[in-house]
Amino acid sequence: MTVPALELADVSCTFVSRDAPGQRYTAVAGVTLTLQPGEFVSVVGPTGCGKSTLLNMAAGLLAPSSGQVRVFGQALGGINARAGYMFQAESLMPWRTALANVMAGLEFRGVADAREQAQDWLRRVGLAAFADRYPHQLSGGMRKRTSLAQTLAIDPDIILMDEPFSALDVQTRQLMENEVLELWASRRKAVLFITHDLDEAIAMSDRVVVLSAGPASHPIGEFAIDLPRPRDVAEVRMTPRFVELHHAIWSVLRDEVLQGYAQQLGRA
Amino acid sequence: MKHLRLYQLALLVAVLVFWYLMTTPGLIPPFMFENDRQAAFFFGEPLVVAERIGRWFFVEADIYRHLWVTLVETLLAFAIGAVLGLACGLWLALSPLASAILEPYIKALNSMPRIILAPIFAVWFGLGIGSKVALGVTLVFFIVFFNVYQGVKEVSPVVLANARMLGASPRQLLRHVYLPSATSWVFSSLHTSVGLAFVGAVVGEYLGSSQGVGYLILQAEGAFDINTVMAGIVVLTAFALVLDALVGRIERRLMKWQPRSGETERL
Repeated sequence: MTVPALELADVSCTFVSRDAPGQRYTAVAGVTLTLQPGEFVSVVGPTGCGKSTLLNMAAGLLAPSSGQVRVFGQALGGINARAGYMFQAESLMPWRTALANVMAGLEFRGVADAREQAQDWLRRVGLAAFADRYPHQLSGGMRKRTSLAQTLAIDPDIILMDEPFSALDVQTRQLMENEVLELWASRRKAVLFITHDLDEAIAMSDRVVVLSAGPASHPIGEFAIDLPRPRDVAEVRMTPRFVELHHAIWSVLRDEVLQGYAQQLGRA
Repeated sequence: MKHLRLYQLALLVAVLVFWYLMTTPGLIPPFMFENDRQAAFFFGEPLVVAERIGRWFFVEADIYRHLWVTLVETLLAFAIGAVLGLACGLWLALSPLASAILEPYIKALNSMPRIILAPIFAVWFGLGIGSKVALGVTLVFFIVFFNVYQGVKEVSPVVLANARMLGASPRQLLRHVYLPSATSWVFSSLHTSVGLAFVGAVVGEYLGSSQGVGYLILQAEGAFDINTVMAGIVVLTAFALVLDALVGRIERRLMKWQPRSGETERL
């Protein structure tokens, strides 16, 4: 039995309102989740169920209120140095060119040939010609590619992705999903992928974890995705097995989505 | 508009002609003053002003020394004020305790009319360049300080988290995230702060000095030579415009990473 790349052991996260300490919100409670080296796991759940909270705890940006995060068997304190994080929102430094952005992580680590490696990564995501553009001069899809190159350039053992493609149009999105799968297949890193899109989750992952509606959300189902690889995210959606899996997972997810939606309406 | 420059020029000419008509002795009968020389005494004459400027620049060529002094004072005040403002802004923005302790004092210092410090600076630093620079620094410092403070507070939390995930140490965060973000705010206030450094230099000169354009104006005022005062004002205005244009160029060079509206090419 190998040591899991990432282990969330019975973690909970409670936020306390800074203005009114009496007000608490438990985003996630009692989550146990393991990620084997080289495994691609997606987490799906209704909106506001604490998916991002889970990822932030795995990244070490957020300390769990209880429970433990273990990275390759070692308890995590502070930033998870073996993880790369691809954010949902714009995360590029606007004052750096695309190349300088991809270089950033290598530069922070004091890698000697940072520039060459970064150029190589830009070429791999198809942006070699845009190396000296600033983020505002790139399209949304190009910015995401740059983010991807930036995250992968530091060669992390664990890749955390928080709805990385949710802001993209459908065509760009499928292209990028395939690219990510290709890059992943060549390097076989552990990936924890957060999404609200069940199709995306099934098409890309080895395993799909369903979270319940918040507050105190926790995994309520886990499905192994036995679709053969390599996959094309657009084509795999047509296969009967995909439809079967989708049906099975959706039947679990649907109630939670409705419940989460009702709660949001009630809260507003 | 097609003839925009033309209209602008016409407006300037109209103002100058009006000035000329109203002040030249004997041209039109006086209706405000008792005799026809008083208008010229109070408002100067455009032709004499122009002649004075011409002599400054071409005949006697003695204005350059004074302009140089004013320029040096302006640049020193800006540089020192900007560096101090940047340092203090970064420090207070990143240290909640320091900012909590110092907050009321900074508010008080900022709301104080700082021009009033000029006599004190004259006593401390003498009548030379030092007192003018000190006055300019007090003006520039707060502009830069508040902008940097704001800039650091408004660093995107995602960009920050991303840099941390990429392995940036606290030192690298300061160098690669906070500083660029803060300097962008400094540059966005560049026009205001250079303008204020200039104000500090001229006001300082005017209150007591032995050289500089403000000194020339002070001298002329003492002799009731309104034409020279006007000439000094014109030179200062032109100088400020040139300075502002230079700042604009520097800003465009340094801020090329920031999106500007209308950045499309017309074919």
